[in-house]
Amino acid sequence: MSPAAEPLLAVEGLRVEFPTRRGTLVAVHDVSFEIAPGEVLGVVGESGAGKSITGAAIIGLIDPPGRIAAGRISLAGKRIDNLPYEAMRTVRGREIGAVFQDPLTSLNPLYTVGRQLIETIRTHLPMGESEAHKRAVGLLEEVGIPAAARRIDHYPHQFSGGMRQRVVIALALAAKPKLIVADEPTTALDVSIQAQIIELLKRLCRDHGTAVMLVTHDMGVIAETAHRVAVMYAGRIVEIGPVADVIHRPQHPYTVGLMGSIPSIAEERERLTQIDGSMPRLTEIPSGCAFHPRCPHAFERCRRERPDLLAAGATRAACWLRAA
Amino acid sequence: MNSLLEVRNLARYFDVSPPWLNRVLERRGRAILKAVDGVTLSIRKGETLGLVGESGCGKSTVARLIVGLYAPSRGTIRYGDVAIAGEGATTDARAMRRARRSMQMIFQDPYASLNPRWRVADIIAEPIRSQTPDMSKAQMATRVAALLAQVGLAAADGVKYPHQFSGGQRQRISIARALSTNPAFLVCDEPTSALDVSVQAQVLNLMRDLQRALGLTYLFISHNLAVVHHIADRVGVMYLGRIVELAPTRELFANPQHPYTRMLLDAVPDLEMTGEARTAVAGEVPNPLDPPTGCTFHPRCPYANERCRRDVPALLRSGNDRDGEVACHAVAEGRLPPRVVQVALT
Repeated sequence: MSPAAEPLLAVEGLRVEFPTRRGTLVAVHDVSFEIAPGEVLGVVGESGAGKSITGAAIIGLIDPPGRIAAGRISLAGKRIDNLPYEAMRTVRGREIGAVFQDPLTSLNPLYTVGRQLIETIRTHLPMGESEAHKRAVGLLEEVGIPAAARRIDHYPHQFSGGMRQRVVIALALAAKPKLIVADEPTTALDVSIQAQIIELLKRLCRDHGTAVMLVTHDMGVIAETAHRVAVMYAGRIVEIGPVADVIHRPQHPYTVGLMGSIPSIAEERERLTQIDGSMPRLTEIPSGCAFHPRCPHAFERCRRERPDLLAAGATRAACWLRAA
Repeated sequence: MNSLLEVRNLARYFDVSPPWLNRVLERRGRAILKAVDGVTLSIRKGETLGLVGESGCGKSTVARLIVGLYAPSRGTIRYGDVAIAGEGATTDARAMRRARRSMQMIFQDPYASLNPRWRVADIIAEPIRSQTPDMSKAQMATRVAALLAQVGLAAADGVKYPHQFSGGQRQRISIARALSTNPAFLVCDEPTSALDVSVQAQVLNLMRDLQRALGLTYLFISHNLAVVHHIADRVGVMYLGRIVELAPTRELFANPQHPYTRMLLDAVPDLEMTGEARTAVAGEVPNPLDPPTGCTFHPRCPYANERCRRDVPALLRSGNDRDGEVACHAVAEGRLPPRVVQVALT
């Protein structure tokens, strides 16, 4: 995973819009990032930051009337954001796997997990029924489902939450994709199960060289899993860099506040840092830097001009404080 | 210190049997879910007791039993010097009302726990109205404004509706409503779980400030260990309807005794553990309808032996000078190895 390697996924100037009766809402604004093969990129932010929409844009699942209004998304050098529906269906599943928050809604309750796995495998790979069945059992074993050969004939409701999420991951892996977009994959799970799922994702990345875009609000999960992290606020990336730098030496005031507001079991603190106010609604994004009304260091320029991502320490941050 | 709330051997069973006809035709017996099965704890005046556990461990049921939303199947709850529920509950209606009035509850979901058709001022005033129906309109307005100010909202916010507020502000409204009757004891069931972290920090700071200013006592229920570590003075860990360990917060996090507590602590993702391998946790919570015999944790416990599979361990004061209690045969017999602490690399 050297940084010089050809990026697997390149997102440039992505803009996602939702036309409404009261004008166009811009949910994702000029977002650019890359993911190298085998790399885990964490995308964090609070609700409404645009992190899930960014993930949905990559897998081509923005619900109309939402649309990608500008920018390009390339997978292994091939542009995928303007593909027709059928071609995108092949890319999704074959080259990009998806894992969503709620494992129960990602599975069809009327089919056995085996049938869903085999269908997915045969859609994307040239395999016969028995070969696909063998691969399905192998996948279930790989994601740690005990007695896979028997469990393959069970329905989703017969699995616990953690086991269902394993099945969803097996589905995402079915066609050996190069990239997995995981949107809050552990949020619906208890901590002990969460640890198992994270361990699983990390192992799969290592063993298969699969890249992962991990979208979550849980900084702890990112800290343990990701190589690099992008922090989003009001539709834009405000800071991006190696995970240890973003956590321990955050440069953007929002990242600083976010890190300070997370309670930790490793230290005792009298008070948590609080960022007053809340994320602006899409209808009323402030001028200049969108964070300026909540920022303790905001000055005149922040209200007027919007900062771009600038090199700051080991990360890149969109903040005028870091402008030389 | 004297205890404000005493819970003894509290249990709540739910009958989740299939209908009679199904039981007869399919020859199935009754199914009893032991949501809470013998919980004993006390909360001292002015402290925060945290209760943690994974989904289905019975922590919310304990909260609901204490505030009287469920009746206990067994055991007693004493508040101050009044037995408010369970065996030997007081029949003195006035004493009961006085006790009930001084406890309030804050719920997890600030979207579901506020009536969307009511103005905020009416929501906050409702408990006052039921308690002192003869309060004048002007007095009421002053009181509501004071409550709003206390939780960091403007008095003018009273005329708005809940949908005009963000999640964090709504939780502030819930807190103002809970405080409106001047309670001494608040039961908080996952009060910050639906909130974003930066907003969660605001609410946790507010709760701590209010506790200082008003001398409140909290029962704080959460699945999030880091939040409980931050807010609680003592912590109880629940597993399948029982408390498996209860100790002062610092003690519990620095020196966890019960294998389940150790497992939970190892499983928490923490910012300090960048790139650190977490101890893989074995297994899952078993079906509470058919819990394991003996210690319910034994199928997942690396130290389980014959006795653990047979006998239910009691919650005992754990050895030496430690100010905590733990329900584990391995700890009681001294055959539990010391915990291997993961060194955080930063």
